[in-house]
Amino acid sequence: MSGSLFTLDARTKARNAAERRFRAYGLGAIVIALLALVWLLISIFSAGLPAFRQTFLTFPVTLDASQLDKSGTGDVAQLSKITTITYAKILGQSLEAAIAAKGIDLGGAKPKQVADLISQESAATLRSKVMADPALIGTTIDFTTLASGRIDGYYKGRVTMDSAALDKNTSPEQLRLADKLKEAGMLAVRFNTGFLTMPDASDKRPEAAGLGIAILGSFMIMAVVLVLSLPIGVAASIYLEEFAPKNWITDLIEVNIANLAAVPSIVYGILGLAIFINFAGLPQSAPIVGGLVLTLMTLPRIIIPTRAALKAVPPSIRDAALGVGASRLQTVFHHVLPLAMPGILTGMIIGLAQALGETAPLLLIGMVAFVRDVPGGLFDPASALPVQVYNWTQRGDPGFVERASGAIIVLLVFLIIMNTAAIILRRKFERRW
Amino acid sequence: MKDLVMETRVDTQTIKIKAEKAQVFYGTNHAIKDVDVEIMDKTVTAFIGPSGCGKSTFLRCLNRMNDTIPSCRVEGSITLDGDDIYDARVDPVQLRAKVGMVFQKPNPFPKSIYDNVAYGPKIHGLTRTKAELDEVVESCLRKAALWNEVKDRLHSPGTGLSGGQQQRLCIARAIATSPEVLLMDEPCSALDPIATAQVEELIDELRSQFSVVIVTHSMQQAARVSQRTAFFHLGNLVEFGETGQIFTNPKDPRTESYITGRIG
Amino acid sequence: MSTGLLTLLVAALAILGMVMGRSRAVATAGGDIRKLHSLPFFYGRFTALLTAVPAFLLIIVWLLAQPLIVENKAAALLSPADIPDGSSKALVMTDVRRIAEGLDRLTESRTDIPALKADPAALKAAMNAAGVALQTDPAPSVIEAAEALREAQGRSRLYLSIAAGIVALGGFAWGVSRIKPEFRARNATEIFTMWLLIGCSLIAVLTTVGIVASMLFETGHFFRLYPAKDFFFSTTWSPKFGGGSSLGIIPLVWGTLYVSFIALLVAVPVGLMSAIYLAEYASKRTRAWVKPAIEILAGIPTIVYGLFALITVGPLLRDWIAQPAGLGDSSSSVMTAGLVMGIMVIPFVSSLSDDIINAVPQSLRDGSLGLGATPSETVRQVVMPAALPGIVGAVLLAASRAIGETMIVVMGAGAAAKLSLNPFEAMTTVTVKIVSQLTGDTEFASPETLVAFALGLTLFTLTLALNILALYIVRKYREQYE
Repeated sequence: MSGSLFTLDARTKARNAAERRFRAYGLGAIVIALLALVWLLISIFSAGLPAFRQTFLTFPVTLDASQLDKSGTGDVAQLSKITTITYAKILGQSLEAAIAAKGIDLGGAKPKQVADLISQESAATLRSKVMADPALIGTTIDFTTLASGRIDGYYKGRVTMDSAALDKNTSPEQLRLADKLKEAGMLAVRFNTGFLTMPDASDKRPEAAGLGIAILGSFMIMAVVLVLSLPIGVAASIYLEEFAPKNWITDLIEVNIANLAAVPSIVYGILGLAIFINFAGLPQSAPIVGGLVLTLMTLPRIIIPTRAALKAVPPSIRDAALGVGASRLQTVFHHVLPLAMPGILTGMIIGLAQALGETAPLLLIGMVAFVRDVPGGLFDPASALPVQVYNWTQRGDPGFVERASGAIIVLLVFLIIMNTAAIILRRKFERRW
Repeated sequence: MKDLVMETRVDTQTIKIKAEKAQVFYGTNHAIKDVDVEIMDKTVTAFIGPSGCGKSTFLRCLNRMNDTIPSCRVEGSITLDGDDIYDARVDPVQLRAKVGMVFQKPNPFPKSIYDNVAYGPKIHGLTRTKAELDEVVESCLRKAALWNEVKDRLHSPGTGLSGGQQQRLCIARAIATSPEVLLMDEPCSALDPIATAQVEELIDELRSQFSVVIVTHSMQQAARVSQRTAFFHLGNLVEFGETGQIFTNPKDPRTESYITGRIG
Repeated sequence: MSTGLLTLLVAALAILGMVMGRSRAVATAGGDIRKLHSLPFFYGRFTALLTAVPAFLLIIVWLLAQPLIVENKAAALLSPADIPDGSSKALVMTDVRRIAEGLDRLTESRTDIPALKADPAALKAAMNAAGVALQTDPAPSVIEAAEALREAQGRSRLYLSIAAGIVALGGFAWGVSRIKPEFRARNATEIFTMWLLIGCSLIAVLTTVGIVASMLFETGHFFRLYPAKDFFFSTTWSPKFGGGSSLGIIPLVWGTLYVSFIALLVAVPVGLMSAIYLAEYASKRTRAWVKPAIEILAGIPTIVYGLFALITVGPLLRDWIAQPAGLGDSSSSVMTAGLVMGIMVIPFVSSLSDDIINAVPQSLRDGSLGLGATPSETVRQVVMPAALPGIVGAVLLAASRAIGETMIVVMGAGAAAKLSLNPFEAMTTVTVKIVSQLTGDTEFASPETLVAFALGLTLFTLTLALNILALYIVRKYREQYE
């Protein structure tokens, strides 16, 4: 160890190199973690953003009275006997006529292929429009409707001329015709509000599938979770933190809560299936059952931060209240609880955000069902956002991958809003005693 | 020829560390102002002064332990054997091997007694064989007056020793890298009087091989163990000289006030 | 009287009690509220609680017990001959319940019930029109049972109304009679509140009891239908609809452990090194944004990771590694699920490790640096050994998380139960099979469905053991440095 300080011996050089390597590993690990996050988000967003845009067709539709109102009486009972098959035929004929009127060359596309430009969902849309206003029969209306999934995919890069040549559901002629319609202004890609409002659609119609019922169902479930878990969670935390004597029972409860917070969520699904559905006889796919299951799952995750918030209120405040003759309950409810409220709410929001993204327990209580009717209450079948994502990934049509990713973007937006609210709340009310 | 004469002369009174116009800043706080100190080889130098006067800060500058605090900045020159220790070419790792440190609170690693002492030689590659390492460990523990107490339990954890034993273990650990200077930051403040006496006795023995710098709160301790004493006050070096002179005949009124107990 | 109306009545009586209690308290004190022990509204609250709480408890208990008692009565009317082949008593009872409900609706719309009851086909048509879908024409005995069920339900509701009314009125009268100036109304209401708080904190325990009891119960069923020895030691998993399934858990456990192992192989080095860098090297500012950014990974729902595995990672691994190397053609594989799960678990390792590394006292670092150790030598030889127990705890928690994870493996690992070493092959896990067995179309009482509960119990036991061990280690570690 002799020699000048200014010359590094070989061993020190080697040790310094090892130091630099170690540091680089650390930095590398952080970069890997952050890149994984970025990769995940880019992959989901690039796959999902197109779901918010949709290809629409606009053309005049002649509602031919001889086909839609054979009796000529306008009797609603008679009109309702006309099925969507007839409406689909009318749509196909009208589109063909409109193309001819614009003088666009079909380019070898057959009438069937022209009609197939229109989504299968359109016939039902047109039918309900007519049923709502029978006076439309016999007139010509400007009708804007969804283009079929393959055409939509073509404008989003999912379908190409090469893939269309191999696909029995579409053809290059059809795509070329679509391009001409676009030039003529009959076909346009626009923002798609239907994605957020419409119900789910069947396997062959990814273009019509929306999140309306899933969002509503998720809201109902969250409402149940909020209404149940906030009072119960706060009450349990108050007891454990402020009143519970130190004995083996409270020890047991504490260990229990810590472990429940780490139990896999799917176990709560099994619990829900066994207790709420099989034993209590509540209906499957109902928001009430989803809410109950997620409440049980969320409770321990709320109790832990709530207790921390209560603990953070300094004892001097309790002493002050007790000193002026308040009872212990009054002390807690009048003084400690209001001071701890921001912390409690922050924990609550984060707990709810976790519950919102939870999928596995909802799968087990049957929320994967295909639901098209708007649920009227907590006991009616509904869907939920994360389950809807799962549901769509199980479908065959590649259009549903885009829908599933789009649904995730909606889910992430809700989560971002909730977490931002939690952060703002924490910043705003952060208190230092 | 002239050099040789110089060398023989300084053999008894070599300047080991020399600080000139040393300044230390913590962010904008000017913690040490214009300190000039010469620390002699094979001598115990004591830094005394009231709390917050900067003596520990200055001590940590001497082996660049303050590098671990990002906001800390040192100006002026501090040299070890004539080499500026804040020179860009100096590796603090190599410096600290030459200038060891013992801390206020005993801080044995959560390892065995043997591994605590062997840690320094291992990382610096000072020994080649296990037998050599065993020898180093034994001789350091003997120097630290701990060998007889721990020789039967070298492989039990160092944290299991008493406070005084832990501190002597830390001293053994520090001298195991065969440093030239040993810095001690209030080494006895966490110890009881008996352990303190043992450590003080040890410091006196270490003087034969190392230059020792000790920061202490206790003036009695400074008087007992040191040959030279520096008195710090509010970041300034007020007085520096022979210990006997400082305690019996202080030149500065502030020093006198401190040692008679009026400021502190 | 319907339950809703009964609830309203009790609530109204409680509000009346609130008002009466208060005014009576003021009256007994001769208008001078300083003579009262408690504030007047406590007397009102006391009366209201005494009116409502026992009555509501009675209603809840009654409603929970009613189906068990009443349905047993109706079920007794069914003879074994009434149960068709391939069906069970439980299924027939479902029909009975539906018919009873349909009869209720028909009664409301004043249909001629006796005539319908004589003609099952007409009854079915009328029911379908009323919104109660029936598959087949109901047998006479089933109609009879349904009628008995309705009758028993009606009687039960009547008794409930009377009983609840008596309890509520009794509570009301007793509460009002106890009001005197020296009565400690506040203390009495606080005892109520305290019991409420205790009740809420017991829900956590009840949840655990519910989980264990429900799974034990159904697992018991399963082991009566399928030998436990085969479940635990058989190496084949092939459920068949027609019976004769082999339901060995070993391939599932193998898949679970393999996926979790790969996940930890990704997450432990990355998470641990990130934590070390953040705790030992990073500047405060870097730390302030990198730490939350990594923790975002923990806040992303697992369904998102599942989709990521399905649409991005799976095809990527298949096209670039598995197929060129001839290791497999499946985009769902142990590797896909393990990799994605590893990403998810990173923050669990890094956050907890970061806390634990920060808890190692600075004096140890100083001691090491003071001897001339480099920072990395200090981390590896002093900080890490000191933090090791805590880090082991963190890794165990991450492992428990990985073992219980469902959506990523459902969407990324595949469904084929296999015992293979090739990580690019599709394999399956315990959680995947719980989902597929419970969402399938098989009959509930069959071993193919019930096996899910046995799997669930195994999973619960495994993760619980890991959690308890991890929490114990972490807690021991914290005590060491407090």
